[in-house]
Amino acid sequence: MRWGVITFPGSNDDAQTVYVLERLLGESVVRLWHKQTALGPLDCVVLPGGFSYGDYLRCGAMARFSPIMRAVEEFAASGGLVLGICNGFQILCEAGLLPGALIRNRGLSFLCTRVHVRVEEAETAFTDRCQRGDVLDLPVKHGEGCYVADEATLRALEAGRQVVLRYADADGRVTPESNPNGSLGAIAGIRNARGNVFGMMPHPEHACEWLVGGEDGRKIFLSIMARGGSAVDAAGAPSSSKVLSGP
Amino acid sequence: MAWLARVYVTPKQGVLDPQGKAVQRALHSLGYPEVDDVRLGKYVEVRLADGSRESVETRVREMCERLLANRVIEDFRFDLDAVATE
Repeated sequence: MRWGVITFPGSNDDAQTVYVLERLLGESVVRLWHKQTALGPLDCVVLPGGFSYGDYLRCGAMARFSPIMRAVEEFAASGGLVLGICNGFQILCEAGLLPGALIRNRGLSFLCTRVHVRVEEAETAFTDRCQRGDVLDLPVKHGEGCYVADEATLRALEAGRQVVLRYADADGRVTPESNPNGSLGAIAGIRNARGNVFGMMPHPEHACEWLVGGEDGRKIFLSIMARGGSAVDAAGAPSSSKVLSGP
Repeated sequence: MAWLARVYVTPKQGVLDPQGKAVQRALHSLGYPEVDDVRLGKYVEVRLADGSRESVETRVREMCERLLANRVIEDFRFDLDAVATE
């Protein structure tokens, strides 16, 4: 399938994402600059981690207005798969493509560590190769990873099974100690209601070979590849209307 | 004549404010036990070209809603003063 990886000024995980997709997984990747106004034909677009625009004002606040974001919004609206990792997740929230926001970690420290996340939903376009309850070992590196949203939004996320990843311990238990940044509901990753936009704070692209300590991150990319870029859920109900959508 | 907007952005009531809490603890340890709460926000000065107060106010409110504040987590307010053109 054909991937796009966006580089914003200040992105720093774009090259790693391209490396994983091209060199480790043999995928076709188009590198996109934030000033571009069109994505071209893609199956999935990735907003990588980093510190876009220096993270000035708020993380992702300015990147959200980059010229390419209008194309990303249109792509998402037509059912295309969008993956936001770390800063990419923050940008998707700022853009309103995902609900809620990411604020300063509860402990105030920048976190650079490995965490465990429990897969809450396996029948998604981003976790298809996982089982519900699987525990993934992934790195995090962020200062603003505390997920917050108002109560109504949180209830809707839970009811709509939009919480895809939750911080947990190695055995999959969600405890106060296993929540590294104070995220409400221990939320580490969410998808939109339609199921084609996914944001996560941990970094799957930094966990794709044993050389760097683990391969659990591959499961996210392989899941997306298993669906060939379609957000149709496992039951066959089209949660996306990529083909059917009108002009 | 020009305008100066002083924009105050603060975390919404109920939204975690770990920075405010840290500052509160620091004030307590400096001997100010009477500090009940600290909320940390941002202060933004925006200078604007000529225009009617009404239109400038509308534009500044729009700037706040679109960029300067994230309404999911923040509230904003601003004062608008006429200033002499430099």
